[in-house]
Amino acid sequence: MFNPQLVLHEKEYEAIKSVCDRLYKESNSKIVFIVDKNGQLIAVSGDVSRMDTTSLASLTAGNVAATGGLAKLLGEKEFSVLFHEGENDSVHISLIGTRMILVVIFDKRTNQGLVRLKVKKSTEELNRIFDAIFAKTEKEKASQGAIEITESDIDKLFGDF
Amino acid sequence: MSFINYSAREINCKIVYYGPGLCGKTTNLQYIYAKTNPAAKGKLISLATETERTLFFDFLPLSLGDIKGFKTRFHLYTVPGQVFYDASRKLILKGADGVVFVADSQIERMEANLESLDNLRTNLKEHGYDLDKMPFVIQYNKRDLPNIMPVEELRKALNYRNVPDFEAVASKGIGVFETLKAIAKLVLLELKSR
Repeated sequence: MFNPQLVLHEKEYEAIKSVCDRLYKESNSKIVFIVDKNGQLIAVSGDVSRMDTTSLASLTAGNVAATGGLAKLLGEKEFSVLFHEGENDSVHISLIGTRMILVVIFDKRTNQGLVRLKVKKSTEELNRIFDAIFAKTEKEKASQGAIEITESDIDKLFGDF
Repeated sequence: MSFINYSAREINCKIVYYGPGLCGKTTNLQYIYAKTNPAAKGKLISLATETERTLFFDFLPLSLGDIKGFKTRFHLYTVPGQVFYDASRKLILKGADGVVFVADSQIERMEANLESLDNLRTNLKEHGYDLDKMPFVIQYNKRDLPNIMPVEELRKALNYRNVPDFEAVASKGIGVFETLKAIAKLVLLELKSR
């Protein structure tokens, strides 16, 4: 297999989501979301009805990837926190383990110090959850096949094109 | 790295369009974006220079429909083709489930094609992937131009693995969806075989 897969079940998703929800409330922020380093959105809390979360996720991952490349050039392992300050909204980006990214978007109702503090607390928790998920995915690899995909299923997908 | 979300009942996959500078990677995405039903696509994001050369990547999220109750979503990325953006290219390849190599059919771009294919192999290897084993499709683009190489020669030079390959004129949409279908199919079948 060339590429490790991430499989997320209901229970694990709920656990991640509840950490995001709590962080969202405690840090008084606008949006909290978790993206994997390849740009897939994993979970989100807050009002995203007017937000293009897919693009947000992809650009965040690109941002982290570019900064990671920069870090390596400088001889650093990584930059674990990125912070972008805007006139109204600011973005706090931090790494969870080696594969996930935690993003908090906040405005003047809160401050960077509080966000940082709450992120730190949540990161430990998320680390534990994701470690367990990856260990499980690894273990289940051999017995996988829960979604049985046939060629005709795939052909049907392209019916509209 | 495909991502299967049982909670949201979604399968997410990442496809990367690779190839030499100005071969038409962005044009492929632009055509797909223009011709796809608005409900099935997200925003096309292009991180490009003022002269519309790709600086970091283009990104287009696409939903294709359901398989066994799971929504299938593809994230299409292009890399910057210009040689000196190699560091960015490498970053974008990370986590790719499948690669489309867009070759420029013009005779004078043959060397650039070969160099880019070689670069693809090297960059994949650095992420621990093997180009000979992963879902891979080749597109011979710009077939409408006068000074092009015969497909047979392009095939001999680039498609030694005998993967699905397509002639295309991406600016007019010829071959664009055929290429996309082929790589999506390979990626989903790979998912199944895991």
